[in-house]
Amino acid sequence: MQSSNDVTKAPREPWTVFRVLGWITLIIIILITLFPFWWVLRTALTDAQSVFANPWSLMPVEPTLFNFQRVLGLVDSDVAVSAGGSGQSLNFMLFLRNSIIFATLVTVGQVFFSACAAYAFARLEFPGRNFLFTLYVAALMVPGIVTLIPNFLLMRDLGWIDTFRGMIAPYFLMTPFAVFFLRQFFLGINPEIENAARIDGANPFRIFWSIILPITRPTLLTLAIITFIQSWNEYLWPLIVGKGETVRVLTVALGIFRQQTPQGAPDWAGLMAGTFMGIVPLLILYLIVGRRVLNSIQFTGFK
Amino acid sequence: MTTTNLPEVTPWWKKRKNAEAMAAFVFLLPSLIGFSVFYVWPAINGVRISLTDWNMLKDPTYVGFENYVKLWGDRDFWNALKVTAWYVIYNIPIQTGLALVIAILMDRFTRSSLVRGILLLPWLMPNVIVALLWLFMLDKNLGIVNVGMEAVGLDGLAWLGGGSTAWNAWLISFLEMFTENPKAWLGPDLAIFSIAQINTWRHVGYTALLIFAGLQNIPEQLYEAAKIDGASEAQTFWRVTIPLLRPVIAFVLVTSIIGSFQIYDTVAITTQGGPVNFTEVINVLIFEQAFERFNMGYATAISVVLFLMLVIVSLAQMYLLRADEADV
Repeated sequence: MQSSNDVTKAPREPWTVFRVLGWITLIIIILITLFPFWWVLRTALTDAQSVFANPWSLMPVEPTLFNFQRVLGLVDSDVAVSAGGSGQSLNFMLFLRNSIIFATLVTVGQVFFSACAAYAFARLEFPGRNFLFTLYVAALMVPGIVTLIPNFLLMRDLGWIDTFRGMIAPYFLMTPFAVFFLRQFFLGINPEIENAARIDGANPFRIFWSIILPITRPTLLTLAIITFIQSWNEYLWPLIVGKGETVRVLTVALGIFRQQTPQGAPDWAGLMAGTFMGIVPLLILYLIVGRRVLNSIQFTGFK
Repeated sequence: MTTTNLPEVTPWWKKRKNAEAMAAFVFLLPSLIGFSVFYVWPAINGVRISLTDWNMLKDPTYVGFENYVKLWGDRDFWNALKVTAWYVIYNIPIQTGLALVIAILMDRFTRSSLVRGILLLPWLMPNVIVALLWLFMLDKNLGIVNVGMEAVGLDGLAWLGGGSTAWNAWLISFLEMFTENPKAWLGPDLAIFSIAQINTWRHVGYTALLIFAGLQNIPEQLYEAAKIDGASEAQTFWRVTIPLLRPVIAFVLVTSIIGSFQIYDTVAITTQGGPVNFTEVINVLIFEQAFERFNMGYATAISVVLFLMLVIVSLAQMYLLRADEADV
């Protein structure tokens, strides 16, 4: 992984027809990318009845925060029903907390333990190293659905259904991708630094803790951010093992919220208010770490 | 035969390496536990369960390959394969083609990180949220897509609903170009097309950034050399850019095709496999068998078949695209 400076500036060109068309295409694509986000917010801020009366207005119609209030359960459910809602609320703060706990624990465990394993593969000699690494890489190929059912049954036998333990367990100690990715990265580090420490009598644990981890911090941080976002977005596994209210994460909660909306005339304003609240935490995170995420895709998507 | 010429061999446990191997073991231990318990064992266990009739009510009995035989004659399974195949066909070419165009436009006209940041935004959102927002935008009556189409005089479509006759008629006329009997090949309706495009929206920016990164790695000198040799813009594109980009495109295709065979979330949120079974992709079928009907044996058998199919698909792709080398 390298710094963002490696993206050179595009060459300056005169305004040819080609360039104008290119820019128009780009602008259309950017608009298509951004428009749905605005549409969610616009609908969430629109009075529930006006969503039906005025489906084309680009701005919120009779702007109100009422949708957010009733989705959060801040108004009585019969008031919410009369406003066109299902009366269902989203215990948003609880689900937000659960998502934070789930994603944080997965990230911390996975990145740390995968880094340990990756260091052993990259730097230490031991019998069976190549064989074991090949096995790890082969596991990259196995689709999630194959291990999903047996893992669910395992959690059930352990009595870990509806616990954070159960939701986190399969991701906490390693993923083949994290080990593979970090090993590649560690291999690229100049071994001279470690050799110097080794001559001074440092053992592998000390080298790992006081040299490798500090100098690879930016990469570990980037991997952590990507892992965090992916865990945050996880749906199927938390749905199967963590449907219970106390551990339910935001994605699962939104899925259930969607199923509870009446089929005939869905409560769009309420649904979009819930959706928007699901978007906000990610937007905040992206504003803080966006550049890091971008650079990681620039240079680590492959190889 | 003499052994005198052989170098002395010290057994590994007597070397100083021994200490290193011990350290390696400690470093590896957590990941080894995770790997064996949550990857190796479930994979073996999955195959074992697929050879039983387990339905969570009574103890499993070994039934050999009965589940696999049953699969062969199961209309739901073939329907799921067909729907998934249509999903992949609707998703991958449009997504990859569009991403290539975006990447080239960015490489040529703007490398601003703001533009890249915006394009990546949908990919950072959970599938659930992406599905919810498009569910509303594609709503038959109130969705802005139909409202917009009606505003310019077109008929709105039941994007995620069933029986869109206009769409099917269009598809039949398209298929007629390739086959005498288009109805046999008829895709499972507009809904799966819409779902595929929802995922195109989510992934196209990410894919474009991967290709863009590949474009950035092409040395400037090659373009200059081509220019000196008098190559036209188009020639440079086909003879320099595309061949050098091939490993990246191969990577993108392999990972996105494997990913798209495993689509679940978007379908679960928008259509739940319906209308009828028009959007019942493989993973939805597996979920339904496992967690609604509790046919664990049968569900795992389907997942094993999916796995084998993915192995074949990725081996074929690697071979066809020779993913690891660029044409030079």
